[in-house]
Formats: sequence, structure tokens, C-alpha cells
Amino acid sequence: MNDAPKVDEESVPAFVRGVRLHNDEARDQWVLLAPERMLKLDGIAVEILKRVDGELDLGAIVDDLCTTFKAERGQVLTDCSAFLQQLVDRRMVTI
Amino acid sequence: MNAQPVPPPHSLLAELTHRCPLQCPYCSNPLELTKKSSELSTDAWKQVLSQAARLGVIHVHFSGGEPTARKDITELMAHARDAGLYTNLITSGVLMNEGRLDALLDAGLDHLQLSIQDLESPNADRIGGYQGGHEKKLALAREVRARGAALTINAVVHRQNVENVAAIIDLAVELDAGRLEVAHVQYYGWALKNRAALIPTREQLDKATAVVKEAIERLKGKLVIDYVVPDYYARFPKPCMGGWGRVGICVTPSGKALPCHAAETITHLTFDNVQEKSLQDIWQTSQAFQAYRGFDWMEEPCKSCERREVDWGGCRCQAFAFAGRAEATDPACSKSELHGRLHELAETESGQEPPPFEYRRIGAA
Repeated sequence: MNDAPKVDEESVPAFVRGVRLHNDEARDQWVLLAPERMLKLDGIAVEILKRVDGELDLGAIVDDLCTTFKAERGQVLTDCSAFLQQLVDRRMVTI
Repeated sequence: MNAQPVPPPHSLLAELTHRCPLQCPYCSNPLELTKKSSELSTDAWKQVLSQAARLGVIHVHFSGGEPTARKDITELMAHARDAGLYTNLITSGVLMNEGRLDALLDAGLDHLQLSIQDLESPNADRIGGYQGGHEKKLALAREVRARGAALTINAVVHRQNVENVAAIIDLAVELDAGRLEVAHVQYYGWALKNRAALIPTREQLDKATAVVKEAIERLKGKLVIDYVVPDYYARFPKPCMGGWGRVGICVTPSGKALPCHAAETITHLTFDNVQEKSLQDIWQTSQAFQAYRGFDWMEEPCKSCERREVDWGGCRCQAFAFAGRAEATDPACSKSELHGRLHELAETESGQEPPPFEYRRIGAA
């Protein structure tokens, strides 16, 4: 297996330089841009990534999402962790 | 043929110039290289970049030749970024210094892709035909990472360096690159001319593939590795360009808009020039883009193939080069009657003593 760092509630996610959120107006689609990569984002992913600022930890991001969307915390934490872990594995986000 | 408007392209390959201090014998540029006097002006390139952004292009790849051989590269970079494009500089690095790097990053360079020709200098400099190049590249890689900027190392591999793949991966980790491209040579243009000197043996290929596969998993989170295989040994063709006229557009130093950088080898196609038509117009209506877009052009076995939306019929240039007709099945596909011939060529040529390189030079073809 690999030794990529594992996301947990105390992780503070930040975009790696060269990775940025972009609103693709031609296709009306939010995307995450990276070297030779473009990830199409659904509404939930965009909400998570808009809160990634290199200061908030995942716990705080999840709290904010739960308040905004009146969602159940355990599920939001699981979903956010899994999503951010994928981005960490692809070296788009650091923690 | 296409009643619906064509979905916009995602990427623009901007080949700013064919000038390059290196002379790699596998260069993807055409044999007939454009001279400086025929290059597009700064303003013409700015128009292309603005039009590309409006059309829906996301990534612009500044390439060449060596794109930093253009004095206006920083100005073009800033213009691209202002237009909202994600900017990638594909460079040999040997014309860069810290001042130019800082200027490019200030202008909004998102990502720098640096080529290396081998692991170490004697052989790397011999392959690139440029003394002292390798050391300059390593120094630049360190400067890029010292500034925290995104770096890809691009290693083109072939019979004369492929044994070093494992060590090249280690080098990319040591340089702290975020991404490594291990790309086997694709045989067009100069590479086709030098195929006998470059094509790996089957054994070399299999060994390199195993090394890369293991490293991809081991280095997750540390280094993203993209691997491009040589299709002469493949069972199925590569999804060339992600489909003709589907995701990408290439503009040559003199302004010709191509569906693929090798498309000029298909001699019956007519290419429009960005000085005469808008990129939007070219993308939607140009004969060269329409020719092999979608599936209508396909013959059997491609037409009814279950993989037609996986590999989009493979490579038209390779079909034209081998079968004499661009509509033919890509000979890299096991369903092509020329497939055995491609394997044979690869095995014969890779089993012989490699001939000397014919270096890529303007006027040398």
C-alpha cells in the first residue's frame, strides 16, 4: 500500500499550488483544475472545496456544512473525509 | 453531418515556435519546421488565447519547439491567465534563469512541465543534442520547487534509456515533482525517422511497465505518475487526442489550426489559419476537424466495434502512414490486418544494433 497521509477531523486541508477551483462558464460547471487534470464537481463537492482555505480543519468544515444544510454530522464527516482523501492521494490537496 | 453544435474543446496546444536549442531525435514536431519569420505575432497569439477561453478551453499548453525561445512568453502567459485559462508551460528549461522563472510565475504560470532526456548527463545530453542541458534542467526543477510551484517531470523513454525508469522515478521524487510523465516515444515525425534507434524490445517494455505500475501505487499522495505506452506492441489502439476534434485543438507556430499536432502528415486535409478565421469557426466547421469527428467516417471493423467510444478509432495519422488511408483501422489495433506487420517491425528493429540518431534540426529533414 502507499504512505499517503490519512484525512481525519483534525486535518487542515489546503490546495496544492497549481490546483484551483474554477467556474467553467461555457459548460455551467464547477471544476477543480490541476496539472493535466480537471475534475468535474457536483454541488456537494463544490460546497466542501469552497471551505478549503488552509486554515479551517475538517471538523470545522463539517460543522459549517451541517449548519448550512441541516445534515447529520456522522454522514457528512464520512463523505467529506472520503472525498478529501481522494484528493490527497492525487496530490491536489495537502493536509 | 453534424446538425448539433460541436461541444467545445477543453485544451489548446499552443506551439509558439519551432525554434529549440535541443535536437531530440523523437521530437513531435513535423519534419518540415517553421522558421522564425513565419511565426505568429504577439497580438495574433493574444487573440487566439482570448478566443480559446471564450470557446470553452480550460487548459492552455504553451509548447514548441521551446516556448521560452519567444521573447513574449511572459506577456502571453499573463494574457492567458487574465482570460481565465489554466496555464501549462512545456519546456526544456535550458533557456530559463531565476529571473525569467519569477516573471513567468508572477504572470500567472500555473504549472511547469520540464523534459529530461535520461537520468544522468552524459547520455541525457547526447540524446538531447545539447551539452550541459541536463544539469540546467535539474537546477531549474529545484528553483521551481523552492518557490512551491507545480512541477511535472516529463521523461520520454525508448531503447536507449528505458532501463533507467526506476531511477528516473526516484529522481522525480527527490526533485519533489508533483507529477511524472513516463512517456514511451510515439512514432511520428522525427521519431518515425529514428524509430530503429528508439523502439524498445518487448522485454524492455514489459519490465518498464511493471516498474511504473508498482511505483504508481507506492507513491500515491507523493507523486502522480502518468504512463504512455508505445502502441506498436499494444492489442488496442490509444484513444488518440481523446477523439478527433473532440477535446483538443492545436495551433502551429504559423497559425494553422490542427486537430492533432501530427495531422499535417495526412496530406489530403486542408487546415484553416487563425489569422483568417476565428477559432470558434474553425472548431465548428473546418474541413480538417470535421473529417474524422464522431463515427460517421468509420469503416468496419471500427464502425460496429464495442470499443469505438473507448479509443475513438485510434490514430488517423498512423492509419494513413501504414495503410495509405486515414479511414483505415489503426494498425495498432489487433483487428487491423496490418497489426502483425507493426509487431514484426517493432521486433525486428529493436533486435538490431541501433543506427545513429538523425537529430532534429531546422532544414535537416
